[in-house]
Amino acid sequence: MLYRETGQFKTSYSADQAIFPIFQDRMFILGWLIVAFIAVPLMASEYWFQIILIPFLVFSLATLGLNILVGYCGQISLGTGGFMAVGAFSAYKLATNVPELNIIFVILISGLITALVGILFGLPSLRIKGFYLAVATLAAQFFLIWMFNKFGWFVNYSPSGSIAIPPMEIFGVMVTSAKADPVARYYLALGFTVVLALLAKNLVRGPTGRAWMAIRDMDIAAEIIGIKPLATKLKAFAVSSFFIGVAGALYFSAWSGTAESDAFDINLSFNILFMVIIGGLGSVVGSFMGAAFIVLLPIFLTNLFVGELGFSALTAKHLEITIFGALIIFFLAVEPHGLARMWQVTKEKLRIWPFPH
Amino acid sequence: MEMLNAVFVAPFVDMFTYPAFFVEVLLGGLTAGVMYSLVALGFVLIFKASGVFNFAQGVLALFAALTLVGLMTGTIPFSQNSMSALALPIWLAVIATGGVMVGLAYAIERVVLRPLVNQEEIIMFMSTIGLAFVLEGVGDMMWGSDVKALDVGIPSGSFEVNGVLVQVFDLWAAGIAAVMVAFLAVFFQKTKIGRALRAVADDHQAALSVGIPLKTIWVAVWSVAGLVALVAGIMWGSKSGVQFSLSLIALKALPVLILGGFTSIPGAIIGGLIIGVGEKVAEVYWGPLVNGAIENWFAYVLALLFLMFRPQGLFGEKIIERI
Repeated sequence: MLYRETGQFKTSYSADQAIFPIFQDRMFILGWLIVAFIAVPLMASEYWFQIILIPFLVFSLATLGLNILVGYCGQISLGTGGFMAVGAFSAYKLATNVPELNIIFVILISGLITALVGILFGLPSLRIKGFYLAVATLAAQFFLIWMFNKFGWFVNYSPSGSIAIPPMEIFGVMVTSAKADPVARYYLALGFTVVLALLAKNLVRGPTGRAWMAIRDMDIAAEIIGIKPLATKLKAFAVSSFFIGVAGALYFSAWSGTAESDAFDINLSFNILFMVIIGGLGSVVGSFMGAAFIVLLPIFLTNLFVGELGFSALTAKHLEITIFGALIIFFLAVEPHGLARMWQVTKEKLRIWPFPH
Repeated sequence: MEMLNAVFVAPFVDMFTYPAFFVEVLLGGLTAGVMYSLVALGFVLIFKASGVFNFAQGVLALFAALTLVGLMTGTIPFSQNSMSALALPIWLAVIATGGVMVGLAYAIERVVLRPLVNQEEIIMFMSTIGLAFVLEGVGDMMWGSDVKALDVGIPSGSFEVNGVLVQVFDLWAAGIAAVMVAFLAVFFQKTKIGRALRAVADDHQAALSVGIPLKTIWVAVWSVAGLVALVAGIMWGSKSGVQFSLSLIALKALPVLILGGFTSIPGAIIGGLIIGVGEKVAEVYWGPLVNGAIENWFAYVLALLFLMFRPQGLFGEKIIERI
């Protein structure tokens, strides 16, 4: 009744090729966009922007990037934190050394630099796969963080080793640094996330995405039908790293404002991998769900334990880790294909509702 | 020119001018290598028998060490208080901790592995990361999260041979590791359950069809990995205290596995020693050229380069792929 494609006839090629061919899906996306662009900025408080909304957007973008690599192309990566650091530090170097450059270009160029680094560390993927590749990407993670930590050039020789974004403007509105309005920073992150998410959605249903999925499902077979493994895998690394680099640049410029290389450590990589797995491998909408889940869960648990039940902060932290781990195991056991799969099942059910037989 | 000299000549000149120091660096590397090997060994055991890449191995070692310290000091779980009346003697505490690890293996099989049978590798891998979180949280809640000293009576001190300082503790660690590897070799080759383990490792379905109970085997192999983790935890804990960083050795064990091959027990040992020596030597002789602390990533880059030429590792089985 509510969600049904009956009667929606496609009468033109452009209708047939639409990103969202079903009317209800279009309305659903439109609804979310209206909420995100209009309703949220009117209602949310500064706490909401800083603690939930902006990190959610940043992590969604990073999750999307990793999902392209892991979920669509099947190459496991544990180097996400390192690549986000590349994005953040590139943004810092660009913003401080080329101050006349608009922040939008700063973020895009940071993404491109990260894409180059991603290609470099993706090169071994032609010869190795699976967990061997995961260890190779760990090399990227540790090497990159060490590099940003040890060489003063990356932090403009600041003695503390931390970087801070200078105030930057778009059309006269300040969008970065602590002086900027949270709403402006939110719009900056939201704009990038929405545009790149649509780009990703479009990319994965086209020839590029299909080549990735062919490589993921069986690389030798894909090679036999004429898909070039090296080019396809490197493309996945490049696109994925671009997304992650942009996410890193936004993490630094739109969200935190300051950063140290240690913020991008291995735990961040694991967290983003969790978002991918819990959201659903190989799903764009799942990336958003996974990011929302992992961003909200610790906040919820902390509020519950410290705020409601009055545990000490330390006990609450340990309990939080335990529950977090247990939930991951539970999720994997109950629905290994993640929240996206649950959403899919719901849609299937809605389709035949209220006559399920 | 100066650059080339600093990279390719000066370190080697140093090594030959002060051989005693070089040998000390080598020994330090070997000791660290033994620790890596112990953790890698647990990985290999589980990977061979169940194809699960067990990220929680390092946390298992931490958990074992925490439990051991807790039992030895008579700590009451979840209370942060200790009663000296409850403190167990060392031998009893070790045995009790071994029992806890076996129980843990049983629980893991029941709660984590069984619901996830036949899932993809990455799902299993992620579930062991979840397991690592749970064990870390529970371990800290039960026994407290402060750094603890662990003394199980392994002699310490040092003596000098030809100007080289040798730590007695390191010799003991190497000796215990060797005994354990020998014990494992006998266990795998000669006992009934060891043969069953190898059968499962070769082919799950064939093993099932000749009547080997897979569930029991998984409990057995996780128990053995838990006991190996206990030994690793004792060694590492008595050397540098029982603390969270113990679980981070798990990550260092990954390049060790790459070098040695995921399925080879000798590979884990030799890979561990190579990584341990390699990173110490690189840190001491080449580290200063690039501001130091290259220990953090050297092992991974070494493994990465190695993979380019020999993807299956030193002793791993050759990967043959068919459609």
